[in-house]
Amino acid sequence: MATLFIDNAPYQVKEGKNLLEACLSLGFDLPYFCWHPAMGSVGACRQCAVKSFRDEEDTRGKLVMSCMEPVRDQARISIQDAEAVGFRAGIIEWLMTNHPHDCAVCDEGGSCHLQDMTVMTGHNYRRFRFNKRTYRNQDLGPFLNHEMNRCIHCYRCIRFYKDYAGGKDLDAMGAHNHVYFGRSEDGVLENEFSGNLAEVCPTGVFTDKSLKQHYTRKWDMTHAPSLCQGCAMGCNIIASERYGELRQISSRFNGEVNGYFICDRGRFGYEFVNSEDRIREIGVKGKPEIKDRDSLLRTAAARIREGSVLGIGSPRASLESNFALRKLVGEDNFYHGVADTEFDLVNLTLRILKEGTVRTPTLPEIESADAILILGEDLINTAPRMVLALRQAVRRGPGEALSARMNVPLWQDAAIRQAIQQDKAPLFSITPYPVRQDELATKSLYESPDDISRIGFAIAHAIDPDVTEIKRLSDEERMWTAHMAAVLLRAERPLIISGYGAGSEAVIKSAADVAWALKKSGKDVRLSLTVPECNSMGLAMMGGHRLESALDAVAHGHADTVIILENDLYRRAEKTLVDEFLQKSRHVILLDQVYHQTAEEADVIIPAGTFAEADGTLISGEGRAQRFYQVFVPDGPVQESWRWLQQLAEACGNRTLSHLRILDDFVLEIAKTCPQFEGIEHIAPPSDFRIGAQKIARQPHRYSGRTAKEAHIQVSERKPPSDEDSPLSFTMEGYHGIPPSAVVPFFWAPGWNSIQSINKYQIEVGGPLHDGDPGRRLIEPGDAHTPVFFAEQAAPFPIRPDCLYLIPQYAIFGTEEFSVHSPGIASRSPAAAITVARADADSWGLRDGDLLEFQFNGQEYKLAIQTNQQYPRGMGTLPIGLKGVPFMDLPGWIRLKPVERS
Amino acid sequence: MDIDTREIRFSAERLAEVYEIIGRYPEGRQKSALLPVLHIAQAEFDNWLSPEVMDYVADLLGIQPIEVYEVASFYTMFNLKPVGKYVLEVCRTGPCCLVGAEKLQSHLETKLGIKPGETTPDGMFTLKTVECLAACGFGPVMQVGATYYERLTPEKADELLEQFRKENKRATYC
Ligand code: SF4
Ligand code: SF4
Ligand code: FES
Repeated sequence: MATLFIDNAPYQVKEGKNLLEACLSLGFDLPYFCWHPAMGSVGACRQCAVKSFRDEEDTRGKLVMSCMEPVRDQARISIQDAEAVGFRAGIIEWLMTNHPHDCAVCDEGGSCHLQDMTVMTGHNYRRFRFNKRTYRNQDLGPFLNHEMNRCIHCYRCIRFYKDYAGGKDLDAMGAHNHVYFGRSEDGVLENEFSGNLAEVCPTGVFTDKSLKQHYTRKWDMTHAPSLCQGCAMGCNIIASERYGELRQISSRFNGEVNGYFICDRGRFGYEFVNSEDRIREIGVKGKPEIKDRDSLLRTAAARIREGSVLGIGSPRASLESNFALRKLVGEDNFYHGVADTEFDLVNLTLRILKEGTVRTPTLPEIESADAILILGEDLINTAPRMVLALRQAVRRGPGEALSARMNVPLWQDAAIRQAIQQDKAPLFSITPYPVRQDELATKSLYESPDDISRIGFAIAHAIDPDVTEIKRLSDEERMWTAHMAAVLLRAERPLIISGYGAGSEAVIKSAADVAWALKKSGKDVRLSLTVPECNSMGLAMMGGHRLESALDAVAHGHADTVIILENDLYRRAEKTLVDEFLQKSRHVILLDQVYHQTAEEADVIIPAGTFAEADGTLISGEGRAQRFYQVFVPDGPVQESWRWLQQLAEACGNRTLSHLRILDDFVLEIAKTCPQFEGIEHIAPPSDFRIGAQKIARQPHRYSGRTAKEAHIQVSERKPPSDEDSPLSFTMEGYHGIPPSAVVPFFWAPGWNSIQSINKYQIEVGGPLHDGDPGRRLIEPGDAHTPVFFAEQAAPFPIRPDCLYLIPQYAIFGTEEFSVHSPGIASRSPAAAITVARADADSWGLRDGDLLEFQFNGQEYKLAIQTNQQYPRGMGTLPIGLKGVPFMDLPGWIRLKPVERS
Repeated sequence: MDIDTREIRFSAERLAEVYEIIGRYPEGRQKSALLPVLHIAQAEFDNWLSPEVMDYVADLLGIQPIEVYEVASFYTMFNLKPVGKYVLEVCRTGPCCLVGAEKLQSHLETKLGIKPGETTPDGMFTLKTVECLAACGFGPVMQVGATYYERLTPEKADELLEQFRKENKRATYC
């Protein structure tokens, strides 16, 4: 610790930080633009100037940029010094000379860092009377607006998009007073993290285009702490609503999970909540008169009592909802609504994490890995946020080495970036086809899943001879395995990544073997295994039978009434099987949020709340339990699935859920009765938590129009809904200070209206939130023991004539069921085509765009093909989950129909 | 030849020069050759950098086109629009102004009938004002291609224009 004198008062601060960080961490309001806690300093904007004094005697001092000066023991600075104050006011005034002063029509208004800083420095009178420089704006695609006239040239956008996120299509062009931040021409910003520009840009240049469709100021929205449901990364988000419509998703800082950033699927994939395809009404086939909750419950209960019932749970439903279903139907009748292959992959993953010796990494642990091996995973499409973390990881090692050697602090971003150039920490990526992370890799190999696992096992063997040796490797494979093993052994914090992406248990097992072997040799290794959906891990931990058995149970008459929880079975099993299953079931009761093919077949449709209308707990791929909260109470009968199921159980006379009423009851019951979930009761404060007898307000205290906004329906103000499930209130009444980290509905502090107010919620800027980052890890490896390695002899991948080994391919925009309801996401969805090696296509006499006819599991299919020179032969990929692509439980061998050559 | 119809490709000789420059930098750092290669490209293709020319350079160096635009748009010596055969770059910084640069500029404007940034209809001359050319002791200074013309008067400027008209070649930096 160092002693820093600020305006003559001594403060204890951390050494190694810069003065700006130190001042902000101490709670001073010091304005800044270009510095960003995750991206460091470049000293570009000159807004953060303070006076620095040599010693106590020095009365003149000199101006320094606080973001560029390291904290030194006994240093003396002044924030209030008149010259510093004047300088900062002058900077703002200069920055504002070209600014259009159009806050009233600017989407940033009310959550604008430039507004806040302008007020903070006291620049409130405009003296500039000349013409302003103007720019032409660009159409940047479906996600972001562009309004360059508002730019203050802080360079944050480029530093995020290009330097931090690796984007290639945004840059700064021109010089002095006409620098332009944009693309080379109009067009979609391609980087998968582009949406963060809306938060990174301190002005209204880059703003959220989806918000513009139904624009509302930040202060006029109701907000809630929520979780992204887009994949299993568990990114923390803020969901914001007005007029019963979800209007914006922004990132919610969680230092352990997503830091400051989320991906574009997470940010823009929310529009299904407002979509026409929503299930909002109760529907009972043949009984249109049943519209209200009570008659529905009576009817459904009668049907449930009539026969023998089974329940199908969901990896996209909360723990509470799955638990409620399992209780209602009984443990023996609870099945997982996931494809059988996926079921096996996720269960294997869980077993490896629980019984193995190696921990899953948190976000900071990923970012500080010093050697990385990826086996089989196309990460941008299976765990998007992780790629952004890996991008930081590969720079970290060279950056730290340089920082030590040249005595330049790591936060000196421009200097460090310049000095390390393209140097990267080792990252090896072995995947079935070219992937985004290749640009970070020291070496990429493209191999079939079988061969990936063989290489994985061979690396493990090279690290630990107890692992079975793999025979018949090619010379090249042998060379690379030896090299990779050596590099991993040299590292201090190696990270092994694999998961469901390649659809192969062997690949996952080989990753586990590598990690375990490293652990055995004393390495502080981490193992990250992706799983597909937001609660895949929670569902697997809960336990249950595979889907195939549910189909069998109905086929053999062991069950005839089916309750399906938040699931479209046509995405989980082949069409003929699902058709038969649904036809054979006497009653099909579906609880879900959006209409889909299964809904068409269901007899009873029960409208379930989306994440914006429900509370619940999810377990991320890391094994972290986190809570999401309802933003608003929807009109009509929509409510949480767990609440429906509880009421349904009651109506059936099933007493197992009688004692559970509010969310807390469910959480406690789960924690009590399922030891694997012990601890989930502590991840967020209970519903009776109060601060000074107050609940935490979901609405900012400036929320307007409350007495008038429903005047067209009813003149007298409606009683606001109460929230018995959480410590949050649905109105502006309540506590507005800093609440426990798990229940922060939005970031705001006096004078800090923009997202930059996060600073005030952290113990020190860039560090964890007050009260610790939210969530609790539930899976930790057992006591150190010698692992039993998986590796066994397996033959190299065979190329079979007239056959193709088809594996699933995922798309960040397109695969996920709900996010494609956002038109912007849908427009980025890839073509529904099978990709194969060019040489294979040539051998069949097919070209790009030609149709490939094939058989799989007895069904005939016909799909267009694309060719790629880098694909291994004998193998192809099918983008699954896309519109127009039928479900197939891949991977598997498909038999090609002989091509008729003309 | 008109740039639109001409194939954008360096002659074998120029290409050898370009590869020699690229070869000065370590593997993977070809981008370092960007400035000299852009100069060659500008000289080669009618003294301006069209998007097509910049894309060609990007391709040669294996970088993104936008990385070329970023650099080319930063420096005033790169012309991003078509220019005349002779780009008259008149210094407008203090010392030159003190000894008559403004007079020189307005003389050229009247004589050629164009303002700074414009090109004469016959495609001969483009007028451009520039910042300090670092020849303050010899003002007013005008740069045309790689040559500095110093201590200029309106009369001397007229002679120069005549001379350029006669020569009728493109003046480039390299
Ligand atoms: S666009 Fe925004 S982030 Fe980029 S330089 Fe301008 S103000 Fe800064
Ligand atoms: S990485 Fe996954 S959890 Fe995070 S924002 Fe993207 S889709 Fe959502
Ligand atoms: S924040 Fe320090 S110079 Fe911009």
